[in-house]
Amino acid sequence: MGRKESLKFFVENSKKDFSLVEENLHKIILELNASQNKKLNYIEEYDEKNVLQQLNDLKKNSSKGKLFGVPLTIKDSICVKDLETKAGSKILKGYKPLFDATVIKKAREEGAIILAKTTQDEFGFGTFSTNTEKIPKNPFDNERSCGGSSGSSAAFTAYTSRYHASIGESTGGSIACPSSFCGVTSITPTYGLVSRYGLIDYANSLDKIGSIGRNIEDVALLLNVISGEDNFDSTNIGKKFEIEEGSIQKIAIVKNFFENCSDEVKKIVLEKIDKLKEFVKIEEVELPLNSEYALSAYYIIATSEASTNLAKLSGLRYGVQGDVVGKHFDDYFSEIRSNYFSEETKRRIILGTFTRMSGFRDAYYLKALRVRTKLINEFNQQFKKYDLLLTPTMPMVPPKFSEIEKMTPLENFAMDLCTIPANLAGLPHSSCNAGFSKGLPVGLMAIAPHLQEQKLYSFGKVMELE
Amino acid sequence: MVDVVVNEVLVQKVAQNARLKLTEEELKKFTPQIREIILKAFNKLDEIIAEEEPSFQPIEQKNKLREDIPKKGFSQEEALENVKIDLRDLGYIKGPKVV
Repeated sequence: MGRKESLKFFVENSKKDFSLVEENLHKIILELNASQNKKLNYIEEYDEKNVLQQLNDLKKNSSKGKLFGVPLTIKDSICVKDLETKAGSKILKGYKPLFDATVIKKAREEGAIILAKTTQDEFGFGTFSTNTEKIPKNPFDNERSCGGSSGSSAAFTAYTSRYHASIGESTGGSIACPSSFCGVTSITPTYGLVSRYGLIDYANSLDKIGSIGRNIEDVALLLNVISGEDNFDSTNIGKKFEIEEGSIQKIAIVKNFFENCSDEVKKIVLEKIDKLKEFVKIEEVELPLNSEYALSAYYIIATSEASTNLAKLSGLRYGVQGDVVGKHFDDYFSEIRSNYFSEETKRRIILGTFTRMSGFRDAYYLKALRVRTKLINEFNQQFKKYDLLLTPTMPMVPPKFSEIEKMTPLENFAMDLCTIPANLAGLPHSSCNAGFSKGLPVGLMAIAPHLQEQKLYSFGKVMELE
Repeated sequence: MVDVVVNEVLVQKVAQNARLKLTEEELKKFTPQIREIILKAFNKLDEIIAEEEPSFQPIEQKNKLREDIPKKGFSQEEALENVKIDLRDLGYIKGPKVV
């Protein structure tokens, strides 16, 4: 699975010798097809003719950008012009966007080749990428999950030996979780740093598009390209991530985030942290409010926003459309939604509709938003003293599918306990591989203050020093 | 403290509000799951006093304004590309009855 050089090295050489782009692309197509033949289920949509056309266009193009010739895979929830885009849901089957999401437009302008859409949990509702028709398998052990919901973005990044990176999306941990389970690197940026225009949204105030790659340099390069000003997204903050070192004087581990982690995860992460102490001062802190209440506040806000967003999917104009003749709109919409949403989606819509109902809205939705402010303040207090906070990314190694089947929905939600606080607070965070336990990857998450992704970049380089 | 009884009647009512028709089997399966999530996870926020301003966004946002200049959008033909052929009608979309 290894390649040592970064995408930057590949791009610089490809600008001088186009055959490197052709060779890399042809080989990654072979790997993609092999993964399909092995039924690893990483690919949701792939059009070889379209990919080869992009290669031809690139050959003729005189401007050579920062991602010149780099094949990118894209989480299915991000719109790519003319490629079926359904966010892992049956209800959007057949939908072909007429436009590229802003991140795709920016990547194409820098010479990237859009290779394929990757499988995910329906609308991002899940931690294991099991809430979809084609369940992807962990490249390290096919009996286990590759994490979710950007599962295959991370899994294909780990699977391919070729130059490649992936664009994922996180609402409550959907970039960091699969990165941890697949042993790759990622940055989930500050909320609003990367435009969400063209993303099929899960929860507007939580969704963040980010980058997944084989090393921190690749992740930083992709984030540099996709971040920045976009007038099509009113929540975009108009700033760009520049690839520069961030100052790291003091780091703290969040002690109480370790409490519910398995012994094997604790061991690997703490061993890695011990090694990091050679380079930087590391202390311990606690975030008692976040560890106690973030999960509750997050699931109230996320389901409330999701139930509103999904109200637009009703079998008209795009995606699945039925026979409308003679039917009342209430019956028609209910029929389509009931037949094509999965169980998990229905459950979340019911929860989110409940928390917004008259009589409950203030007690649940508004209260959760007030608690969110409290939790952000708790983080900011610690950031007065520390540049980064560290936790395990996931509380366990990738679980077996047979173990996941036995979990209740609430137990499933609880698996996100380490990733949710940073996501709820819109804080940038990275996940890097800390080591392996019996051949299975374990991730270490670093959380930085808002808009200080450079600290994650510097930290990622320290993580890769061995 | 929110006084709520999560039973099949409530779940059915909420589902109808969300334009979802649940089968008997779904209703039986979802009700205890939803009850557990509401009572154990959502109601946990009763333990904490929070009088801070609500964070509708996690980071401060400023309103974005732009000049109101007309730009070319999708043509009618393009806008209908994702509509099923038999629901297209002279540039319009056939929909279900509303009255």
